[in-house]
Amino acid sequence: MKLQRMNRRALTLGALVVSGALALTACGSDDTSDGGDNSAAPSAQAGNIKCDDAKGQLLSDGSSAQKNAIDAWVKQFTAACGVQINYKAGGSGAGVTAFTQGQVPFAGSDSALKPDEVEASKKICSGGQGIDLPMVGGPIAVGFNVSGVDKLTLDAPTLAKIFNDKIKNWNDPAIAKLNPGVKLPDLKIQAFHRSDESGTTDNFTKYLIATAKSDFPYEGGKAWQAKGGQSAPQSSGVAAQVKQTNGAIGYFELSYAKEGIKTVALDTGAGTPVEATVDNATKAIADAKVVGTGKDLALELNYATKAEGAYPMVLVTYEIVCDKGNKADTLPATKAFLRYIASEDGQKILAENDYAPIPDSIISKVRTTIEGLS
Amino acid sequence: MDITTKNTDAPPPTPQPSVAEQKRAARGATRPGDRIFLGLSRGSGILLLVIMAAIAVFLTYRASLAISKDDVNFFTAFEWNTGLVPPRFGIAVLAFGTVISSIIAMVIAVPIAVAIALFLTHYAPRRLSGPISYVIDLLAAVPSIVYGLWGALILVPNMNGLFGWLDEYLGWTGIFEWQGGAPRSMLTVGILLAIMILPIITNVSREVFRQAPQMIEEAALALGATRWEVIRMAVLPFGRSGVISASMLGLGRALGETMAVATVLSPTFDIQTSLLDPGGGTFAQNIASKFGEATEMGRDALIASGLVLFVITLLVNGAARAIIARRKEYSGANA
Repeated sequence: MKLQRMNRRALTLGALVVSGALALTACGSDDTSDGGDNSAAPSAQAGNIKCDDAKGQLLSDGSSAQKNAIDAWVKQFTAACGVQINYKAGGSGAGVTAFTQGQVPFAGSDSALKPDEVEASKKICSGGQGIDLPMVGGPIAVGFNVSGVDKLTLDAPTLAKIFNDKIKNWNDPAIAKLNPGVKLPDLKIQAFHRSDESGTTDNFTKYLIATAKSDFPYEGGKAWQAKGGQSAPQSSGVAAQVKQTNGAIGYFELSYAKEGIKTVALDTGAGTPVEATVDNATKAIADAKVVGTGKDLALELNYATKAEGAYPMVLVTYEIVCDKGNKADTLPATKAFLRYIASEDGQKILAENDYAPIPDSIISKVRTTIEGLS
Repeated sequence: MDITTKNTDAPPPTPQPSVAEQKRAARGATRPGDRIFLGLSRGSGILLLVIMAAIAVFLTYRASLAISKDDVNFFTAFEWNTGLVPPRFGIAVLAFGTVISSIIAMVIAVPIAVAIALFLTHYAPRRLSGPISYVIDLLAAVPSIVYGLWGALILVPNMNGLFGWLDEYLGWTGIFEWQGGAPRSMLTVGILLAIMILPIITNVSREVFRQAPQMIEEAALALGATRWEVIRMAVLPFGRSGVISASMLGLGRALGETMAVATVLSPTFDIQTSLLDPGGGTFAQNIASKFGEATEMGRDALIASGLVLFVITLLVNGAARAIIARRKEYSGANA
């Protein structure tokens, strides 16, 4: 066929374009860290990192929500100890799977290990089991784009009704009541949620379910369940849609709210509405209680907190590691890295990257646990 | 009967040795070479079947695992929550979205592709048709993610005008009603898919039209037919089965398109009665967006949905083959 002969040249060109596109997409879409900026962090930090006999290379996999934090840590740690760490942000599910199959010494996850996953981890942690170490907190911001509105306060029931397609217009009385003095336009609300499964969706809906069950009657989980609304892939996709669309509202991690997306302040019942900031998120995490048994430090967040200045819509991501029975060749490096990220310096870097540090009461337990890893 | 009782080791029957075979016989290398080649090609054929069977068994097994745990009807449920215990997922929305977006794409692409092919073979001067054909070939080589990016950044923001017009004049049908949401809807996806499948339909149709019997065309012209009459009476009937095959190739691509749809659509698990409202989803798009965070259960469920897409594609191809088989009298052999 002549067609095939003609196509060959086209194919060659196509192959070039494809390889170019692959090289581009490999950069990942969830990466909002602005590269060189992080190196502005005080270089003195590198001197405080205890390397012990950490050496070689570490592979890890897991939650994409903490990818930017890990990247910032790895930069400092590698500079100090020369250990290369490859964190592939393949998602929490992929991370836990890789961990329970013994492919990675530690994994990142948006949610604590489930009982059957702990059971599976016993096979690779000889004499021990997988445990959760809370390392990174992150406020989930609700961004909005309504022409003429700069400040918006919402409470949980109103937010639930908006995302459950019950409140459809920005001039709804329920919104007006929470925002006295704000001129709300007669504009259709376009609520955006994630189209992929995500720990952000999981924590956002957990908050709505915990605080406004009657307005958000769903079971929750990583997949969006409510009807109606629109969707976009990844936090970056939701943020982009909110930015583009007049009348839009959507949720994403705070770091995606840069570039002029306004965020909703939450009326939690505290004296004043709480803004989505790193400090406010840390205050809310301080209200969490440790529900893990033994060395496991899985947290249960108090979404209904009314503490002054506590922003309860937060996401906590864990590092998952064996408490006992870690592989001898990766243990020193894993321990040194975890020790560093749980240290004061390590946690300080979080705030610079729009993540929330874990409050002292909890992170001190994490440090003790890390010293006991074997 | 002969075929079924054929012995594996017996030399292939050679009723009429061709010129090539006679030459090879003269060189004295017939038997072992032929036998080795026969073995190799037969082995390859069997290997293909074994691979296909292995894939089919694996897919069916994993799919059956998932479906047996499904808490709702796999074919009629409007949700996809594989993380729940027990999981709840169904393909109704995906099947609807896949079929609808492909139909829109076909309705737009086939007439345009046939028109382009006719223009290139029967109207355009030779100097023009060469470069145009080449550009269309190039279009087929653009990766779908590039179409997706173009769709999301250029097509979607510029659809408001068309959507407003459709809503104003055709809104009463219900199919073209627009609530004012972002135009990331089935119609936009259909238009994008149409652009993506245009090259393959155009290319194959062009080759088919080019092979229309010259004698009949000239005879028709000699009898005083206009060029359009020649096309209608000689070229189109001759090329019909070819155009159907070409359309099926395009339909196959539209049914399975993943990244472009995932980039442009605003997927939700409900069916919009209007083509202009955002929502819905397709099989391939759903697999692409859910696979990353899926647990083992979630992956099995996605595999099950992939199997359904596979079956739909098989049915479509089977139907196309049946249509072509009925029109054998027009095939090139009789011309």
